[in-house]
Amino acid sequence: MTDDELIWRIAGGSGDGIASTSQNFAKALMRAGLHVFTHRHYPSRIRGGHTYTEVRVSADPVKSRGDGYNFLLALGDSFARNPQENAYYGNEEVKPLSENLDELAEGGVIVYDSGLLDTDDIPDFDERVEENGWHVYDIDLRTIAREHGREVMRNTAGVAVTCAIAGIEPQVIKSLMEDTMSEKVFEPNMSVFDDAYDTVREEFDADAPDVSVPEGEHDEEQVLISGSDAIAYGALDEGCRFIAGYPMTPWTEVFTIMSQNLPEVGGISEQVEDEIAAAALAVGASHAGVKAMSGSSGGGFALMSEPLGLAEMTETPVVLVEAMRAGPSTGMPTKPEQADLEHVLYTSQGDSHRVVFAPSDAEEAYKQTRRAFQIAYEYQIPAIVLYDQKNGGELRNVPASVFDEEPNPDIGSVITEAELEDAPHDPSGKYNRFQHEGENGVSPRSVPGQKGGRYLATGNEHMPAGHISEDPDNRINQVNRRMEKMEAIRADLDNDEDTNTHYGPEDAEFGILTFGSQQGTVEEAVDRLNDRDHSVKMLGVSEMAPYPVEEVTEFVQSVDEVLVIEMNASAQFRGLTQKELGRFGEKLSSLLKYNGNPFEPDEIVDGFVTSIVEDGTLPGHETKFVPAASD
Amino acid sequence: MSAFSAIGEHAEHDRNEYTPGVEPQPTWCPGCGDFGVLKALKGAAAELGLSPEEMLVCTGIGCSGKLNSYFDSYGFHTIHGRSLPIARAAKLANPGLTVIAAGGDGDGYGIGGNHFMHSARENHDITYIVFNNEIFGLTKGQTSPTSPKGHKSKTQPHGSAKDPIRPLSMSLNAGASYIARTAAVNPNQAKDIIVEAVEHDGFSHIDFLTQCPTWNKDAKQYVPYIDVNESEDYEFDNTNRSEASEMMFETENVLNEGTVLTGRYYVDDRPSYQQEKRQIGEIPEEPLAERYFDDSYEWERVYDTFLDKHK
Repeated sequence: MTDDELIWRIAGGSGDGIASTSQNFAKALMRAGLHVFTHRHYPSRIRGGHTYTEVRVSADPVKSRGDGYNFLLALGDSFARNPQENAYYGNEEVKPLSENLDELAEGGVIVYDSGLLDTDDIPDFDERVEENGWHVYDIDLRTIAREHGREVMRNTAGVAVTCAIAGIEPQVIKSLMEDTMSEKVFEPNMSVFDDAYDTVREEFDADAPDVSVPEGEHDEEQVLISGSDAIAYGALDEGCRFIAGYPMTPWTEVFTIMSQNLPEVGGISEQVEDEIAAAALAVGASHAGVKAMSGSSGGGFALMSEPLGLAEMTETPVVLVEAMRAGPSTGMPTKPEQADLEHVLYTSQGDSHRVVFAPSDAEEAYKQTRRAFQIAYEYQIPAIVLYDQKNGGELRNVPASVFDEEPNPDIGSVITEAELEDAPHDPSGKYNRFQHEGENGVSPRSVPGQKGGRYLATGNEHMPAGHISEDPDNRINQVNRRMEKMEAIRADLDNDEDTNTHYGPEDAEFGILTFGSQQGTVEEAVDRLNDRDHSVKMLGVSEMAPYPVEEVTEFVQSVDEVLVIEMNASAQFRGLTQKELGRFGEKLSSLLKYNGNPFEPDEIVDGFVTSIVEDGTLPGHETKFVPAASD
Repeated sequence: MSAFSAIGEHAEHDRNEYTPGVEPQPTWCPGCGDFGVLKALKGAAAELGLSPEEMLVCTGIGCSGKLNSYFDSYGFHTIHGRSLPIARAAKLANPGLTVIAAGGDGDGYGIGGNHFMHSARENHDITYIVFNNEIFGLTKGQTSPTSPKGHKSKTQPHGSAKDPIRPLSMSLNAGASYIARTAAVNPNQAKDIIVEAVEHDGFSHIDFLTQCPTWNKDAKQYVPYIDVNESEDYEFDNTNRSEASEMMFETENVLNEGTVLTGRYYVDDRPSYQQEKRQIGEIPEEPLAERYFDDSYEWERVYDTFLDKHK
């Protein structure tokens, strides 16, 4: 956290409108010319339970949630349970305040709804305030809301108080509210806003804290977008018009966005009985000539293993997305983790051959989802977009121009009826859809309904026209051709600049290797490390399969030591890297985190300095260092 | 112009057109009921005037799963229990196709039971043929979901303690809109039922009794059969849900006592899923699959269509 940025945390209970209020707050500040980044923390529960959203606001581009925060808006939890002191889950009523104090910066601001929260319930509250130099504003937000409208409008009151203290021009918020609210709701909200704003300005010392929102200006138009939005938009721009799914957090977001948008563009969304069906429907739709996708999170994706293998064997293009959350099993449904990497790479029987992308942020998610479709349909292979609760759900401003792209509905390597007339057929008249020879391993497919194109698709090993066969020579030919695709795709991706990301000084002494959602945080850490005279660069890998062996090898060779950052306990990405590279075990160590919260930049800075530079031991247990093979 | 000119040709087709010109010849055991399904399907396809290339036959795993190896059309031999979700999606993607799903009793009522229930509930416009031989045949004779109580096999050495599935009742309760039972020993009735099932607009379920001469030693048990729609001993209205339900219950009760009842048990004209979904604007007017071959189609851009709400 730098001096000229605001990291605002709005805390309350699930179901209290925390997410929508914070989204509006972020969008309003984006419109005012600032860079914004949100981080959501919420329980697996419909109503009640500790939840917060952070909005980081800066004049400069921001790539992570930052470290800690400096402004707490603690609203009540309307649906708090277990108010007894000895309750297993503690006193939920005061959690919007009590749970958030540890990470609040010195000199930070606390605004709390005194209509719902009582600081007497929080041990040592006054002492901690004194010790940390916090500025506390106890304001009866609930009463202000009730006076002019309804109790839920206390969120508006809280935002107004934030504006009064952080120096945000009220009109910035008001004009956004006007856009998003009906007149009937907007009017009382304005009264609530003004009353709360004036109360702080008139009755409190609003200017005491050294917390303010900087001035900012964007060079071009921005949009506030999440990774889930970007995945859905990538799919839509690739002409995907069919999705099948089953709800599961956090994948539900992509499924919802697609389901809401598809009817508008003449597409079909199917909510089905389970994830086996979901993936099978995507395969069936694709087989019949439509660009299709499905997806899920860990447990649901496990059910997709068989249809995924069927897509490999029948060479049916399909795109699946996997939104990781903390596992194993049901794990922590609303918390991020990157522990499904091996799951998506290897699940399903037999020699797996599939493409896996792990985009880091919204922009990469859009581009790589598009690449996933292109490769899937060109090479007739399943492609998976692997992301997680963090980059799926976080909102950030992205230039609108990122999406100013042409659609690509190309269905890939499909043969036409005219071409079928001269294409090879077996003696019974079936089209040889699975020929032994094919450019880059691809044998053009026909589509049911095409004249002269009939064939049998089967999960069994098969002859060129699809007939089931266990003939060894045919088997070798078919396996070789299918596997050949992976090398061709690897060569294709070697020329792709939208996947892996290099960051930091090229001639750096040390390297940090990461994948997926942690990349932005690592980039901030790299900046800080270099500012402190360490010499560090980063490679953020998005190509999980086929793995960019050459590019990573060069990176590892160019530095003395490499720290691998990932959000899991078994160092899966480091394991993959060593397997693919076949060496460097003595050079790669790991910094891991698996407590349900993503890395903060300073955790990476501290982890790097302590473990790599000083060969020391990490304090605390938030992150874990696993040394290289040689240590 | 359609990219799928095999669809809707309305040409005359001979039943032999659905026989592959070369191997593979069926590998089913001599006397297997599956031959009866194949024969009936070929007869029905010819009678319906269907081109082999406007048909997609999706099968599961087991002896029944080989149906589309021996029936010449577009085929998708899927995985165990999953023929229905693949078939449903293909029909949604290209409604012009005649989509038939097929599998065994273990495939459809066991491992794929969830798909069966929901495909029936949603009333997809496809035909589902279940080869019911009351046994797992290809894996060499294990007790299946339709095996009678007390059925002994290597995996149920003391006889099954489970009552069998009631396929017809289950189908009715799940929501299938055309439900019939036929038997391999009755090829004419079987053919007629397949024709009706394909013509029916909605989910058609045919429980097709197929004797297994190798693993189910009572291979002759499906003879003699009685057509409940024609026999004077049975009186019911197959458009009346309660009467249909009673007739099904009776049929399922007597099967293992040696009385083979067959016929059309339930016909309901409720709108198919395709119709319902079109009604609410969630399925396009033109077949979705055609769009990818239509060079004049103007594909929507996200930038123009969906981005404003993020600004």
